[in-house]
Amino acid sequence: MKTTYREALNQALKEEMRRDDRVFLIGEDVAYYQGAFKVSKGFLEEFGSSRVVDTPITELGFTGLAIGAAMAGLRPVVEVMTFNFALLAMDQVVNNAAKIRYMSGGQLSVPIVIRGPGSAARQLGAQHSQSLEAWFCHVPGLKVVAPATPFDAKGLIKSAIRDENPVIFLEAQLLYPVQGEVGDDDYTIPLGVAEVKRPGTDVTLIAYSKMLLVALEAAGKLAQEGIQAEVIDPRTLRPLDLATLATSAKKTGKVVIVEEGSRRAIKFLSIWRLSTLSVSGRSAGQVFVIARSETTKQSHETKDEIAAFPVVARNDTIRHIRRIGGE
Amino acid sequence: MERAHLLHLYTQMLLIRRFEERTAEMYALGKIGGFCHLYIGEEAVAVGAVDALRPDDYVFSAYRDHGHCLARGSDPKRVMAELFGRSTGLCKGKGGSMHLVDAERRFMGGYAIVGGHLPLAAGVAFAVKYRGGDQVVLCFFGEGAVPSGACHETLNLAALWGLPVLFLCENNRYGMGTPVERAVALYADVAQNAAAYGIEAGRVDGMEVLAVREAVGKALEQVRTRKRPYFLEAVTYRFLGHSMADPAHGHYRTKAEVDEAKKRDPLLLLRTRMLGERLATEADFKRIEQEVAQIVREAVEFADASPAPPVTALEDDVYA
Ligand SMILES: Cc1ncc(C[n+]2csc(CCOP(=O)(O)OP(=O)(O)O)c2C)c(N)n1
Ligand SMILES: [Mg+2]
Repeated sequence: MKTTYREALNQALKEEMRRDDRVFLIGEDVAYYQGAFKVSKGFLEEFGSSRVVDTPITELGFTGLAIGAAMAGLRPVVEVMTFNFALLAMDQVVNNAAKIRYMSGGQLSVPIVIRGPGSAARQLGAQHSQSLEAWFCHVPGLKVVAPATPFDAKGLIKSAIRDENPVIFLEAQLLYPVQGEVGDDDYTIPLGVAEVKRPGTDVTLIAYSKMLLVALEAAGKLAQEGIQAEVIDPRTLRPLDLATLATSAKKTGKVVIVEEGSRRAIKFLSIWRLSTLSVSGRSAGQVFVIARSETTKQSHETKDEIAAFPVVARNDTIRHIRRIGGE
Repeated sequence: MERAHLLHLYTQMLLIRRFEERTAEMYALGKIGGFCHLYIGEEAVAVGAVDALRPDDYVFSAYRDHGHCLARGSDPKRVMAELFGRSTGLCKGKGGSMHLVDAERRFMGGYAIVGGHLPLAAGVAFAVKYRGGDQVVLCFFGEGAVPSGACHETLNLAALWGLPVLFLCENNRYGMGTPVERAVALYADVAQNAAAYGIEAGRVDGMEVLAVREAVGKALEQVRTRKRPYFLEAVTYRFLGHSMADPAHGHYRTKAEVDEAKKRDPLLLLRTRMLGERLATEADFKRIEQEVAQIVREAVEFADASPAPPVTALEDDVYA
């Protein structure tokens, strides 16, 4: 069945709430407004206000509250209206959610999902356009997931909800309307498993979330020029499926990472560790990163945005890959 | 209150006092390291408050948590072992002084980011309400947490949603070296901070264990039956420095002030009262002193004889 990324999430969340009454949705405007991006459409009618909980605009407070509820055995799904606002809850996420299992010597557990759109969209200005995954990936105790397709979104959100660990689940505003094939059944996709989205032999493109679409488009164009790019979506950023990435890197000997975070942020993702892996005698050191430019980041102008973010329309994106892949 | 119950409260307070004294000694010997905050002087708050709980109620604390944990009935051996960082500790040696947890007793932990555990306490109360239970959550915190955003966001949520939490503010008059009147706008009546949210609020003499027991008992009754939060300020005093690195007096408070406060030592107050009312004899207190000494001695021996966690345990419990 073809459906949107938004609808896939809606379905998966509903199915999980039907399956397990410990699961509840909490966040700003998730109930009556049906979510800022309408992911929770129809939830209030079906589950009622005790399980679809509208909060005041207090990210620290309600995220912390949800962590407490998880410690007491519930399975909260926190919707942050966008991840820019999750910064207000950072202390709760880092100091509590991520550490409580460890500090208690395994006595307590925090099975929580914190989800919402987590990257730039169009003309939203500097405060609403950040890609903060590298921050979250830096924290032991958190899992970080960033699906690109409706199919993956559905299977991964289910696994995230069923996971015993706190999971940061990054969606993307521009992906919500994107269509794709989604299974009707109750399938899950395990966290920490990458997928080869397009096989190839000449160069490895690693991309997650909406950059996967950019990478696939680039691979299509490159194929016309005789360069076979292998496109891999890690899907989960922590823990990272390095084995799958490394297998491809060994095969092609060249890796291009396409991501939306700032250029420096990528270094904190362990994807960077690929460059230290030895590939058939030589280092796989040819790891190139195409990322948000430092200077024009979070610009307000559309034409600047094209300059700032990796898009195929931008000639140098494809030129970069062509140069690396064709070498 | 019956004699046996009073003696029990006294024993609990004395256990905390002697345990903390030995903790200081062990710290001086290098057996315990890191940040360590003692509870001496404030025993009546933990003991009086926890005494009013049911076993299935929940307790949260901040980083000055040894007293709350012992009052909740955790095994002193395992508490001391945790302070020593040993694998037999409550948290296998990985929580330490500031992060004691005893899930079996629903002691949900000590937390060391000031104000950061208040939302957690509200969350457990949310879960209780979600399931239709009648447990309550007792949340201890210092007056230093009161001005924090975490505190105010939590008070608002708890009032808004009718969450069964007793917010118990231990106003020991200082947050490190900053006196309450330089940190909290409504310092003269700290509980007014909660009253602003429509939360019922009260204040109690935190040096009188019986007063604490009574005030908390009444407050919990309301929390449990009316399903509303309550904010209680217990006025107390810490006799020692903020942490092991801070002398009892010096820059921010005088020796005279500390000496004055010690005249209302909670142990002394209860003991004097019981002797005056002929509810106990010197012989009773002597016996209790010996019993407690024995418990604390065994706790230290147990901790000292326990193994450190293996290096491999470093990565345990990071993920499920
Ligand atoms: C958010 C935060 N800021 C600063 C500190 C450092 N700190 C630790 S204890 C403390 C004072 C807290 O005072 P209070 O809440 O009154 O508790 P008390 O020590 O008196 O028991 C400070 C500033 C911290 N742990 N957390
Ligand atoms: Mg204080």
